[in-house]
Amino acid sequence: MSFIGINWFKYSSPQAFHPLAGRMIPWFSAAALALIGIGLYIGFFVAPTDFQQGDAYRIIFVHVPAAWMSMFLYVIMAAWAGLGLGLNARPSFMMAQAIAPTGAMFTFLALFTGAMWGKPTWGAWWVWDARLTSELILLFQYIGIILLRASIDDLRRADRASAVFALVGVVNVPIIYFSVRWWNTLHQGASVSMTASPKMAATMVTAMLIMMLGFWMYSFAVTLARVRCVIAERERHPSWGKNASIQEVAEAR
Amino acid sequence: MQWGSATEFFAMGGYGLYVWTSFGATALCMVGEVLAVWRRHASARAGSRDLS
Repeated sequence: MSFIGINWFKYSSPQAFHPLAGRMIPWFSAAALALIGIGLYIGFFVAPTDFQQGDAYRIIFVHVPAAWMSMFLYVIMAAWAGLGLGLNARPSFMMAQAIAPTGAMFTFLALFTGAMWGKPTWGAWWVWDARLTSELILLFQYIGIILLRASIDDLRRADRASAVFALVGVVNVPIIYFSVRWWNTLHQGASVSMTASPKMAATMVTAMLIMMLGFWMYSFAVTLARVRCVIAERERHPSWGKNASIQEVAEAR
Repeated sequence: MQWGSATEFFAMGGYGLYVWTSFGATALCMVGEVLAVWRRHASARAGSRDLS
């Protein structure tokens, strides 16, 4: 498969992907820093105070991007896991493994900043509302996937088991997204959608979307960095670099 | 810009505690994750010197 003159299959081997990922990380990191900087500036100095929620609404600039990333990353992780199961491809499983901790972190942040927002606006840190509960389940799914992988010594079994878990759990993502429509929730509905015009001031939406882009770039950088760690940890066998006997390679496996 | 002074900015209209805890936790988690990956990378590299 050749596209723009590049043999893409070359990068499906961990040995070739490792340096490519290394070259991409600085760009994604720089983009993340710049976008988050601009987003914070617009969010704090350009966007006006909300007439209903006062300045508490500014939590939206981390809450919504974190919540979106928690769902995006889950779907991407499940897609890599599915690709790994379908093609029996190790790099796909490595990508799924590298995404899980970042997804779990954003899920935790979505819940934590949500509590920080809930207290002043609803008067409660937590309510058993459909949106909050399904997002909490997403956190348990991430933790389950990470722990399941860690509990199985055989790498190939660990890859498959956690991939199946990730794929089954993907059903929760539309439940989280549509929960505010399907059930009567205390959590507010979508402020931004593809079909309707945003229910916020333009500068608020701009700051939120820029923060979201920044979080995307951050996620790319950090998961690529982590996949490099995973590759290095897994490929720690003597067949790399120097000539090794079959015996040595088998022992390292 | 709607902030008259730095004090006003940090007070966030009375919601300072909630707003800054949210942003602080987010910053802490993200910086912490970067440092954790950094350390993991260093130890992974120490384990396999063949990788650049």
